[in-house]
Amino acid sequence: MTSLGRGASVALTDLEKSYDRVAAVAGVSLDIRSGEFLTLLGPSGSGKTTTLMMIAGFETPTAGDIAIDGTSVVGMPPYRRNIGMVFQNYALFPHLTVEENIGFPLKQRGMPKPERAKLVGEALELVHLPGYGGRYPRQLSGGQQQRVALARAIVFKPRLLLMDEPLGALDKQLRENLQLEMRRLHADLGITFIYVTHDQEEALTMSDRIAVMNDGLVAQVGSPEDLYDRPSSRFVAAFIGESNFLPATVRGMEDDVVVAECEGAIVRAICPGRPASGDRVLLTTRPERLRFTDGAWSSSAPQNRMNVTVTEAVFAGERCRYMLQAADGTAMVLKEPSSAAIRRRAVGERTEIAWSVADTILV
Amino acid sequence: MNLVQAIAGRVLPTTVVGLILLFLIFPIVVVMVVSFSSATYLTFPPPAFDLRWYKAYFGNEDWLRPTWLSIWVAAAVVILSTLLGTLAALGIARLPPALRVVASGLILSPLIVPVIVVAIGIYYAFSRYGLVGTPVALVLAHTCLAVPFVVTSVSASLSGIDPRLQQASLSLGATPIGTFFQVTLPLIRPGVLVGALFAFITSFDELVVSLFLSGSGAVTLPRRMWDDLRFAIDPTIAAVSTLTIVLTVALMGCAHLLRKRAT
Amino acid sequence: MAVSRPFAASFAWQRTVPYLLAAPLLIFMLVFYALPVLSMLMRSFFNPGLTLSNYTSLPDDVVFIKVFWNTLYTSIIVTLGTLLLGYPVALALVRTRRLAPLILIVIMLPFWTSVLVRSYAWMVLMGRHGLINEAMMAAGFLDRPMRLLNTPLATQIAMVHILLPYMILPIANALRQIDPSLARAASGLGATPLGTFRQVILPLSMPGVAAGTLLVFVLALGFYITPAMVGGPREITLSMLIAQQVDQLNWSYAACLSAVLLATALVIIGAAQRLPGIGNAFKMSAR
Repeated sequence: MTSLGRGASVALTDLEKSYDRVAAVAGVSLDIRSGEFLTLLGPSGSGKTTTLMMIAGFETPTAGDIAIDGTSVVGMPPYRRNIGMVFQNYALFPHLTVEENIGFPLKQRGMPKPERAKLVGEALELVHLPGYGGRYPRQLSGGQQQRVALARAIVFKPRLLLMDEPLGALDKQLRENLQLEMRRLHADLGITFIYVTHDQEEALTMSDRIAVMNDGLVAQVGSPEDLYDRPSSRFVAAFIGESNFLPATVRGMEDDVVVAECEGAIVRAICPGRPASGDRVLLTTRPERLRFTDGAWSSSAPQNRMNVTVTEAVFAGERCRYMLQAADGTAMVLKEPSSAAIRRRAVGERTEIAWSVADTILV
Repeated sequence: MNLVQAIAGRVLPTTVVGLILLFLIFPIVVVMVVSFSSATYLTFPPPAFDLRWYKAYFGNEDWLRPTWLSIWVAAAVVILSTLLGTLAALGIARLPPALRVVASGLILSPLIVPVIVVAIGIYYAFSRYGLVGTPVALVLAHTCLAVPFVVTSVSASLSGIDPRLQQASLSLGATPIGTFFQVTLPLIRPGVLVGALFAFITSFDELVVSLFLSGSGAVTLPRRMWDDLRFAIDPTIAAVSTLTIVLTVALMGCAHLLRKRAT
Repeated sequence: MAVSRPFAASFAWQRTVPYLLAAPLLIFMLVFYALPVLSMLMRSFFNPGLTLSNYTSLPDDVVFIKVFWNTLYTSIIVTLGTLLLGYPVALALVRTRRLAPLILIVIMLPFWTSVLVRSYAWMVLMGRHGLINEAMMAAGFLDRPMRLLNTPLATQIAMVHILLPYMILPIANALRQIDPSLARAASGLGATPLGTFRQVILPLSMPGVAAGTLLVFVLALGFYITPAMVGGPREITLSMLIAQQVDQLNWSYAACLSAVLLATALVIIGAAQRLPGIGNAFKMSAR
């Protein structure tokens, strides 16, 4: 460890893991940069936890390679990898005090007692739990246990920290506080974080980059903005945030923009590839980016427009949520901020909506 | 009406349960009371209280020798069965499922096989090698009977351990052996202790196997009581019984509390 | 990457650890328990040459038939007795709050006392000048002591006493697992307390009843000490007959009887495996 505080880089190459010929991870390649906060996001069974367990060394890959700082660690037992890990439900040792729990990795490394006590004290400061050293895990609240688990995983100054749904068991308020704290900790420590969660909001809030996983494969990697604004597949669009999907037929291309016919209207969309005229495609757009125009709304940005009927109207506090039906019957959702100044739409009302071409993606 | 309902609803069930509980506890109480009797015959209630039968017990080498033998045999059984049973429980938990079924079937079968079958089987084999009448034979046979209790007890506390604790230990840099001594062993310790207590009682109270294996050279306390009951019933046996009740209840009480605290 | 492969070798070595841990006990049990019992049982096929005559003559063996039925009969009576007395106690143990620890102590105290001591206690109670006779005479029910000890009834009473906790504990376990809101829901839907018991509690406690019944029945089949101490000289059990034959060095007959006793127990356990809640019945026999 030449430069403490710098994080490790992790390279996964064609990583595979099968159980009885059923692939849990089916070929994952991912470069995790030094000091990055990367989240593996996916539904249960998508292979995210298995991937994490292989990085930690609890599972042996069926094929492929894991390199940390350019050195393969496949076959290296977990206790030699020097990776911090925070487990689901924390996995604090119930027979040891908080101090002994945090001191555990230092003891394994043969550190003498006084030095150990000093580092444990610092770690407790770092997670805002000074004075709790003598307690047993069962005497702490869920949030406090979580902090102890975090302190234990970083006290030996690993260059890589793995976290497996560490906030899953906590209530919403506490979870949000700890999310911010973890961001701060990540910034302070400068080490690489790999975080596994199925909670897309958590992933969007905390991560530098997110790798969305599905069926043992990485569906898309990118910054939170990338994934939200430019999903590359229907799965990613549906899994992250809420999306409207519009079936359409390609009519032509205008530079990077595809022109398609959809529900009797001409709709333009951002498109990474070059589909041929006549192709059946799927366009996606976010509900909060749709607007009611009442036929009069205008904007400098290029717009898509469509006639719809309101089929359902729900007031949900900070926003109103409308279910709409397009000419050919495709259902869409529109969300707008609630305001006394905006007229509420009635069910059955026919109206026009518009949204910007930049917010329309071909998936 | 209300009185009838009250009787049917509360008084009757309470009385019935009370009588059954009396049935359960009364024989034990009688033995204890008789042990303090001054009478030479088994009469109840005793004419006067006296410690003569306890004096008779503690003053008689014919009682003390079997008592010490039982204690030593039980102690050896505890060591042997706890060691073998704990190791086996640790191993079995990680065997492939098919092998696990076979192994635990063999280890737990003494719970199912009628003890007389076990007793004469071991007697049959040991008599060929001249082991009958030796404490060693008793230790080996009692260990077979005690081991199922150790294995079930340790296995239960093992299966109660979150596997992530062991993973956490490995991720924090502890070797597999370090993980065993620093994490696994402390967590299963109550289960091991409970198993050890069970093993002690199993051996200390065991009679059927001892009837065949004791011979004349290794007479255990239960065997001595059995022989005594055949010839003369005097309250010395009540005193011995009371002492063993106190000992076993104390040990089992410990085991019970340990097990409750562990879960 | 070949660089780190040496570690894989150490992993392979670790895979043998479970076998190494289990092996000492398995070998011990084979040598000192399984092989002795099996070699003894094999004796039943020799008389003195290889033959099935021990088994084929059993149906005409008057002594065996009598002893076998007596053993089964005693086990059935004892099982019914423990069920009858055990269920109300299990119910009380689960239902009462303040008295539950006391009830548990009253159940466990005899449970933890050895079979020998408990059988002895019944000898004291049922003797010619034992407590029961003295009390009955004092109350004027009897003018001469009644013969209690060394009768089938004495065996049955003592065995019920000894095996009662094996019935109570599984039933209490099953009762404890019944969601209390079910009973409240039933009475909320208009069921009387008796109706709630019959239609909700009783059916849901059946796994415990099945486990307790199996446990008591199979343990009763193999009883030796109690019938030998308090039972009648004529009503001997299979276990006693086996011991007697061994005393007479009649090994091949004793082995044959042992095989029958073991097979009976295994057949009953095997048949009961189909019932729910049976799986761990014998692990619960751990006192």
